[in-house]
Amino acid sequence: MRYHPLTQSDRAQMLAKIGAPNIDALFRDVPKEAIVGRAKFDLPDGKGELAVDRALSRLSAQSTAAGSVPFFCGAGAYRHHVPAAVDHLIQRSEFLTSYTPYQPEIAQGTLQYLYEFQTQVALLTGMEVANASMYDGSTAAAEAVLMAQRVTRRPKAILSGGVHPHYAETIETVAALQGQVVRAPVTPGEAEDIAAMIDDQTACVVVQSPDVFGLIRNLRPIADAAHAKGALLIAVCTEIVSLGLLEPPGAQGADIVAAEGQSIGNGLNFGGPYVGLFATREKFLRQMPGRLAGETVDAEGRRGYVLTLSTREQHIRREKATSNICTNSGLCCLAFTIHLSLLGEEGLTRLARLNHATASSLADRLIKIPGVELVTPSFFNEFTIRLPKPAVQIVDQLVEEENIIAGVPASRLMPNDPQAANLLIVAATETTSEDDCTAFADALAGVL
Amino acid sequence: MSEVRFTDQHEWVRLDGEEATVGITKFAAEQLGDVVFVEVPETGRKLGAGGEAAVVESVKAASEVYAPVGGEVTEGNAALAADPAKVNGDPEGEGWFFKMKIADKNEFSKLMTEAQYADFVKGL
Amino acid sequence: MLNNQGRPTAPGSAHSEELPTISGDRGLDHEEGLIFELGRPGMTGVDIPQTQISDARLGGQRRKGAIGLPGLSEPEVVRHYVRLSRKNYSIDAGLYPLGSCTMKHNPRLNEKMARLPGFSDVHPLQPQQTVQGALALISELMRWLTTLTGMHTVAMSPKAGAHGELCGLLAIRAAIEARGETRKRILVPESAHGTNPATAALAGFIVDEVPATDDGHVDADALEAKLGPDVAAIMLTNPNTCGLFEPRILEMANAVHAAGAYFYCDGANFNAIAGRVRPGDLGVDAMHINLHKTFSTPHGGGGPGAGPVVFSKALAPFAPLPLLTHDENGFRYIEHRGDLKKGENPFGRMCAFQGQMGMFVRALAYMLSHGADGIRQASEDAVLSANYILASLKDVMSAPFGEGPCMHEALFDDTFLEGTGVTTLDFAKAMIDEGYHPMTMYFPLVVHGAMLIEPTESESKESLDRFIHVLRTLALEAKAGNRTRFEGAPRLAPRRRLDETLAARKPVLRWKEPAPVPVAAAAE
Repeated sequence: MRYHPLTQSDRAQMLAKIGAPNIDALFRDVPKEAIVGRAKFDLPDGKGELAVDRALSRLSAQSTAAGSVPFFCGAGAYRHHVPAAVDHLIQRSEFLTSYTPYQPEIAQGTLQYLYEFQTQVALLTGMEVANASMYDGSTAAAEAVLMAQRVTRRPKAILSGGVHPHYAETIETVAALQGQVVRAPVTPGEAEDIAAMIDDQTACVVVQSPDVFGLIRNLRPIADAAHAKGALLIAVCTEIVSLGLLEPPGAQGADIVAAEGQSIGNGLNFGGPYVGLFATREKFLRQMPGRLAGETVDAEGRRGYVLTLSTREQHIRREKATSNICTNSGLCCLAFTIHLSLLGEEGLTRLARLNHATASSLADRLIKIPGVELVTPSFFNEFTIRLPKPAVQIVDQLVEEENIIAGVPASRLMPNDPQAANLLIVAATETTSEDDCTAFADALAGVL
Repeated sequence: MSEVRFTDQHEWVRLDGEEATVGITKFAAEQLGDVVFVEVPETGRKLGAGGEAAVVESVKAASEVYAPVGGEVTEGNAALAADPAKVNGDPEGEGWFFKMKIADKNEFSKLMTEAQYADFVKGL
Repeated sequence: MLNNQGRPTAPGSAHSEELPTISGDRGLDHEEGLIFELGRPGMTGVDIPQTQISDARLGGQRRKGAIGLPGLSEPEVVRHYVRLSRKNYSIDAGLYPLGSCTMKHNPRLNEKMARLPGFSDVHPLQPQQTVQGALALISELMRWLTTLTGMHTVAMSPKAGAHGELCGLLAIRAAIEARGETRKRILVPESAHGTNPATAALAGFIVDEVPATDDGHVDADALEAKLGPDVAAIMLTNPNTCGLFEPRILEMANAVHAAGAYFYCDGANFNAIAGRVRPGDLGVDAMHINLHKTFSTPHGGGGPGAGPVVFSKALAPFAPLPLLTHDENGFRYIEHRGDLKKGENPFGRMCAFQGQMGMFVRALAYMLSHGADGIRQASEDAVLSANYILASLKDVMSAPFGEGPCMHEALFDDTFLEGTGVTTLDFAKAMIDEGYHPMTMYFPLVVHGAMLIEPTESESKESLDRFIHVLRTLALEAKAGNRTRFEGAPRLAPRRRLDETLAARKPVLRWKEPAPVPVAAAAE
C-alpha cells in the first residue's frame, strides 16, 4: 500500500519494543465476538492510482457538467468563474493540510486569512463583525435563528415565503425544537406583508434578498417593524455577488446576516462544501456562534492573530455553548478570501454589473416568447418566468432534446404549492455566453 | 458592622445591614487566570439561593457565579465590563460582582466563615 | 572561468549573534501586512469588462456607498497568500501528533478526483437524470460506509462531525417521539468531546455526566445505575478519548437497549478500528464518521469537514431528507415528504442540498486506493505506532493508563513535570522549536495536564524514532531542571507566544481604516 510507510520488519521491531506478541494483542480489549474477519467485508482490495483514476473518471463522465452545456440553474448555488490562482493557492500544503489554528505561533497564515475573511464579510454585508464562517448558508441561517432566540429570549421565528425552502426546512429542523417557526405565505414576485405577523413573542423575522425567485426585497420597512416590537431582522442572501451591486443588509437595518458565500471562490460541487457567512452587530458579539480570529501581539510586541472568545464554544462551554459547531469551512473561506482579494472593489462591482446585465438581457429575450411571462419585476442575476406548461416538463424536454439545462423548476423546491407548477427559476452569470442565451431562447420557443 | 462569609462555589458575600455584596474569592480568581469578561445581573432581578447570577470568563474557562443567598439585585458592578482585570487585581474589593437585598439572613449565617473557607480550600 | 572575479565559494566565518534586518523580514520568513494595507483603489486582479446597466430592475436597491475592498493585481495577491502560507505548520511538512484529530497523509489523488467536472461542476438542483454519475458515487460511498460499520443505512448530508452528532440525536428524538414517549436525559461520559454535551443541549436534551473509572474507562456500573425511563440515549466515544477501547462496551449497549434508550457513538476515533471492528456489532444505533479523520480528506486549516451518520435498523426510518433511492430508472433523491415510501419518517433536513460532495469524492478515492485490506492495515499501523510511542516514552513521561495497550492514541499527563516549573503548555511549545506541532493538550479533562499523542499510520519508523528521541530528551531536560528550552518557547516560530488575554479583553475582529493622522502631527 503506497500510503503506508511501515515495513514488515519495522512492525516486528515495534511489536518487540512494545512487548506484544502480535498486533492482535493490542486489540485485547475488543470483545472477541466483535472482531470481524476479512470475509465479513464485501469490499474490494486496494487499487493503484491509475485504476482509481480510471474508475472515478468513468463515474464523472456519467454526469452532465454545468460547463459543458448551456446552463441556467441557480436557486442557492451559482456557477461563476473562479480564477486559476485561487485553486492553485488553496492547494498549497500549508493551507490544505494544516489543522484548526489552535497553536497560533505556527498558524499565523490561517489566522491572518481568517481575519481578512471576517473583515471582507463585514464590509460586504455592511455589518460590524463577522465570524470565521459556518458550514453553508442554510446552516448559518439556522444558527442565526437560534442566536436570535437566545438574544431576545423569545421563541418565535417568522420566515418570509421568499426564503429558500431548503433553508426554511433546515431552520425548522433545529429552531422548532425549543421554539416555534412560522412560515409566511409564498407570493412569487411580490413581497408579502410580513410586518403584520410580528408580535411580542417574535424573536426574529427571516427575509431573503434576492429571494428564492430572484426578487430583490426592501429590508428597511421590515427591520423597522421588527425593531418596533423588539424582534431582530435576519437577512439571508444566497447569492453574495449581488452585494457588489445592491444595498447591503447592514445598511437596511439587519441585525444578523446569514449568507451563502459559494459564489465567490467556490465551485458548484453538487451542493458542498460551501461557505456560510455570518455577520452581526457588535453588541451581539458574545452570542455569536462559531470561530473568531482576533488581533493581538506576541511576546515581542509584534502584531499577530489568535482564535479568540472561545469561551462561547463547545470545547469550553460544553452544554452551555452558543452552538455545537466545531469546524468552520476553512479552505472554502480561504478560496472566498483569495477570490475576493483578486476582484477587489473594482472587480466585484464589474462582476456584479455583468451578471445583472446578462440576466436582464436573457429575461428580455425569454419574455418575447409568446406565453412566457416575467414574474419578478426586480432581480439581480436570477429571475422567475411563468410558462404555459409545467416547468418540470419543459426542463426535462430541453435536456433530452437540446442538451440545455434550463433552470430550476419551482416545483422542485415546493412540490405542494400549485402556483409553483409553471414557474421556472433561471440564473445567468458571467459564465453564460451570448450563444447559451440564444440556444435557450430558441429552444424554449421551439417547445412551447 | 459588616461580616463576610464564603460558599463552596468560591463566592464571598459581605453583609451590611440588609445589603449583601457578592464577588468571587481570590482563590477562584487565581484558578480562572486572567479574567477577560464579566456579565453581571441587571438591577431588580430576583435570585434564589444557588441561582445563576453572573458569568465570569477567562481565556480558557467560563464559569457561572451563583447567588449565595436569595434576594433582589440592587446593583451590578458596571465597572467590570470595561475593566474585567479588576477581578484579578482586587477580587475581594473593587472586583465585586453585584449587590443584593437579601431575603433571609438565616441563609447568610449558614455559609462558611473565613476560617472555614480557608480549611475548605486547603482540602481541595 | 566561472569564478574569475574571486567570488568566495567557502562559507567563511559565521556570525552567531542576531542582527536585526533592515527590512524586518528574516530570510525566507517575510513579515506580511493585511490585504487591506496593500491595495490601492481602482486596481483589480481580474479582467472583467465594464458594463453599463440600468436601475430599472433593481427595485430601488442599488448600492449607495462603496464597499471598502482593496484593489490588487494578481501577482500581488499570489505573493500575499504564498507568504501567509509559509507561516503555517502542515502534515505535509511534518508529523502532526494531535490526539483525537487524526492528522494523516492527505493523498493528492483525492484532490485530483474531487476536481473532475462530473463531481465538481454539477449543480445540486440539476435534473436528476443529468447527475447519475454523481449519485452513483454517493451510493458507492454509502455502501462502503455501511459495510465497514455494519450498519443499516447512512445519512450523507451532515457537514461535519458535530453536525453529524446533531443528526444522530435528532433521529433518536424522533424515534422516541414515534413510540409516544418523552425521554429528556442523555448520558455523556465526563471524558467526552465538548461537542457531545453541546449537541445534546442543542437537541433539547438534559446532559447527565457519567464518571470515569480510575483506569480511564467509562464507569459501566455508574452508567447502568443512571439508566431509566427518562434516558433517551448515551453518547459514547469508542475507542474513548483516553485512547482506550471500552472493554465493557457490549454490556453497556445491552443495558442501554434494555432500558429503551439508544446508543450514540462518537465516531471521531474510528481510525483505530476501521476494517477490524464493526460498530454495528457493538450495539451502536447511530455514529457519525469524520471523513476528514478516518478517510483522509484534508483538514484545510479547520474545514470543510463531512460527518455522515450511519444508523441501525431501529433508527434508519428517521434519517433526514434527502434520501437516495435506486430503481429501474437509475438513482434518485427523494427531497420531499410527499414522495416518501411507507415506513420512512425523516426528522427533517440538516442543510440545503445533499452534503459535502467534494469530501465524498476524496473519501471514496481513499477507500478505493486502500481497499478493505488497506483500511484494516491503516488501523493496525495507527494502533501499533501509538503503542510504540507509549512504550518508548512511558519511562520518562507519565502515562496514567500506561499498563495495557492503547488504541490509536497515547495519553500522558503532567505528573512527570511535577516540581520542574515546566507546564504541559511549556512542554508543548518547546516542541514547536524542535520542528513539531504540539500534541493535543489539556484534553481529555479526566487527567491533569493531559498530552494526547496520535501519530497515525502515516509515519515511517524513522520518523517515529526521531520524534521519540526529541520528546525523551525534552522530558529528561525538564526533569533535570533545565528550563531554558521551555521558558517563553517557542523562540523559532514566525511568532512568539501570543497574548490571548489581550485578544479576549479588547476584541479586535476586523481591520478598520486607521484614523487619518492630523496634518500637523504628520509634518513633525
